[in-house]
Amino acid sequence: MIRFDDVSVTYDGAAEPTVTGVDFEIPEGELVLLAGPSGVGKSTVLGTVSGLVPHFTGGTLRGRVTVAGRDTRTHKPRELADVVGTVGQDPLSHFVTDTVEDELAYGMESLGLPPAVMRRRVEETLDLLGLADLRSRPIATLSGGQQQRVAIGSVLTPHPKVLVLDEPTSALDPAAAEEVLAVLQRLVHDLGATVLMAEHRLERVVQYADQIALLPSPGTPPILGTPAEVMAVSPVYPPVVALGRLAGWTPLPMTVRDARRRAADLRQRLEDRDDIALQGRGAAIDVRLPPRGRDQPQRTRSRQPSTPPELPDEKPIRRRRFRRRHTPTPPPSPHPADVQDLAVTHGHIQALRNITLTLTPGGILALMGRNGAGKSTLLNTLVGLVAPAAGSVTVGGAVGLVPQEPRDLLYADTVAAECTAADADAGAAPGTCRTLVSELLPGVPDDTHPRDLSEGQRLTLALAVVLTARPSLLLLDEPTRGLDYAAKARLVTLLRELATRGHAIVLATHDVELAAELAHRVVLLAEGEVIADGPTAEVVVSSPSFAPQVTKILAPQQWLTVTQVKAALAREPRSEESPS
Amino acid sequence: MRRSRAQRHPVGAPAPTRHRPRPQLHPGAWWLWSLSLGTAATRTTNPLLLSLLITTSAYVVAACRPDTPTARSYTAFVRLALAVIAIRLVFALALGSPIPGTHTLLTLPEVPLPDWTQGIRLGGRVTAESLLAALYDGLRLATLLICVGAANALANPSRLLKSLPGALYEIGVAVVVALTFAPNLIADVQRLRAARRLRGRPDRGIRGLAQVGLPVLEGALERSVALAAAMDARGYGRTADVPPAVRRTTTALTLGGLLGVCAGTYGLLTAEGGTYGLPVLLAGLTAALAGLSLGGRRSLRTRYRPDPWNLRAWLVTGSGAAVAAALTFAASHDPAALHPGLVPLVAPALPLWPAAAVLLGLLPAFLAPTSKEQP
Repeated sequence: MIRFDDVSVTYDGAAEPTVTGVDFEIPEGELVLLAGPSGVGKSTVLGTVSGLVPHFTGGTLRGRVTVAGRDTRTHKPRELADVVGTVGQDPLSHFVTDTVEDELAYGMESLGLPPAVMRRRVEETLDLLGLADLRSRPIATLSGGQQQRVAIGSVLTPHPKVLVLDEPTSALDPAAAEEVLAVLQRLVHDLGATVLMAEHRLERVVQYADQIALLPSPGTPPILGTPAEVMAVSPVYPPVVALGRLAGWTPLPMTVRDARRRAADLRQRLEDRDDIALQGRGAAIDVRLPPRGRDQPQRTRSRQPSTPPELPDEKPIRRRRFRRRHTPTPPPSPHPADVQDLAVTHGHIQALRNITLTLTPGGILALMGRNGAGKSTLLNTLVGLVAPAAGSVTVGGAVGLVPQEPRDLLYADTVAAECTAADADAGAAPGTCRTLVSELLPGVPDDTHPRDLSEGQRLTLALAVVLTARPSLLLLDEPTRGLDYAAKARLVTLLRELATRGHAIVLATHDVELAAELAHRVVLLAEGEVIADGPTAEVVVSSPSFAPQVTKILAPQQWLTVTQVKAALAREPRSEESPS
Repeated sequence: MRRSRAQRHPVGAPAPTRHRPRPQLHPGAWWLWSLSLGTAATRTTNPLLLSLLITTSAYVVAACRPDTPTARSYTAFVRLALAVIAIRLVFALALGSPIPGTHTLLTLPEVPLPDWTQGIRLGGRVTAESLLAALYDGLRLATLLICVGAANALANPSRLLKSLPGALYEIGVAVVVALTFAPNLIADVQRLRAARRLRGRPDRGIRGLAQVGLPVLEGALERSVALAAAMDARGYGRTADVPPAVRRTTTALTLGGLLGVCAGTYGLLTAEGGTYGLPVLLAGLTAALAGLSLGGRRSLRTRYRPDPWNLRAWLVTGSGAAVAAALTFAASHDPAALHPGLVPLVAPALPLWPAAAVLLGLLPAFLAPTSKEQP
């Protein structure tokens, strides 16, 4: 269906080709996953299928790409529109019209299908993707998962033979991601569609793939094989594979189910070494707790409404907002932040209701919940961008927020200029920010343009800029969007270190693996209310969609991450018969 | 009781469900209605009539507008209209006006200007007459703007696109995409200003805006490129193969027709061209339309559920046209009522039957209130 003949792509002005030696064939009706670290040219390979590379992006394509027998050299993207459906990373930039129904019809209108056919296919697609209730809604009012489904639906209606998707689930919460993936699987199984997709969050998609094309590093030819073969050598792999590698299972398990079947032995070994594994209070978890029980979410909440001036009106908050950076000692709060009965409204919509939270120094809190549950609003309220409609927010010091799009924080042309500006903004000693950058991001030259940094580097630069003001409370909104596993691991180390230095950290995230790895405490939000609040192990273990893979595999033992399992296995077993 | 009433509905009538498919009224009808009200506004300077026109359109907008983002642009148009009035007044204050007035309200210090700026005055006497003239004039312009805003709010421009002839469709899409550019730009500015506040920088003032400007434009440009790529990949701009002869005929007809329209209009407007003006104009129009319809052959596009032009559309258009016609007629028959006197200063009176005619414009509020039912 898709055939790459020794394809290499060199963009204009680039010294070396972005991808080389791409030479494989994707048969009809397969779901092929394109995996690899960031910056290896996954999007470029996807672009060659739809013809956007090189017709739209420029650059030179050597070799030949054929899709359903059509050579992309002689066919422009618009002439491939009836065989290839493409959905890019950001569904919002994909929409041409503004209601769901019109959007589904747009592609067919361009192809000139008869009205009766269009009508039928729109109805079919609405049902297939579960969009019937949203048909006349303006697209801008939909949630992220709904938008992603509309985007997929809009390229499905012309009945393309090939679907090309770039990170279809990265922006989605776990439930919405599963929804989208279930639809893709149905298309492949029932309609024989061929799907080529790139995705960083392998734990979500690897189980659906028939084959994986791995781009191990920039400029190396891809390796194509079954998921188990490829994952054995891949530099990026999901936790289920990490656990499989650790336990030495061959072939490697790709699904939680596969892994569970083999895990009996591993569970036994863990039990031998750790007598409290069953209660999920293993030493491994203790390591992750902040020093000496400073983080006691449930009790702090109910026991001592200890806290500060009950001034429910907005005045004190306003003042705090203006003083945020300038006064070193704002209203004295014993905690980095204390939220009492907070409510926030956007227009008619109540975005947050009855939120009561107390944050502790050195604690890492993960805010989770659906797209649109109010996570970002809560962060914005903590930093003072959004004024509460009721209740109070008291912070114990400076607050720093790294927004969802870290680029928004960066204005200057070079890293050095950015650092100078950050020092001036924060009133810090000159060089503070640059020292932070060198510490967090070694080897980035002064004259690099922030735009030329990778996604992970840009996030770290924004983090350094925010840290320059020495916030006692650090907020991060979706920090792992678009990060590969290596960048994520660096972020985890970094944030842990900051927490041990006493920063309180709040992350809003959809990434259950990140929360499991990093957070001491998880707060689940739904429709603006807190529905669960407690230590990570307790909250995520009991939730089917927020439980990390390792938890699911090793249940009923309560392990969260591969690192914990590794640490436990490294210990001496309690019994004498050591497996040496 | 209620049930028996419900059963009396004819079987074929669709039940008013929450997910009513789409507003039934053709967007063209809304545009014609609004533009007719606008035309009516240009015929008069009577502030009472103009206020009545504004009220009429505002009432219809409140009753009929769908709950879409473009519908919310109405307030923006109202603000723009207020700004226009304010600017017009400030100019009248500062630059004076040619209207001779006797009621001096205040005297501003006059700035002496060199001779070559003859006819321009800075400061000086401000009379009630000149201020009132500016107010009437500004109000007329404001009414026009508000009417356009009403059209915008009632009928999404992109829905109007569906009714465009095939040959013009691609240009139409480009225009609509350009129109959506502005709201996106505003959203970007807001986001970046919030980000500036995060860094503890002033988010107001010229400097704040200037520093946000570059990233905003950058982001908007990137998004436009992404959208263009998406549109290309979805078949935007696919053309059918047409024989070269047809293509050449299309070009000849369109260009010739447009030239004819220009020449004809010129003839109509100049005194000596009275004889050939109209025929040339008509011939040009016919040729241009033929060119357009022939050009439509190149486009493969089909339409998905085009809005039908039905009786309600006729009535809505008709009500607007009636208002325009009535005021045009009144303006030629009773100019004094529609243009209240400034010198000497008199209080404007409400002319009865033109006012009644303006109220005809309320008809759509009772004909097409259904679009509100959209979720």
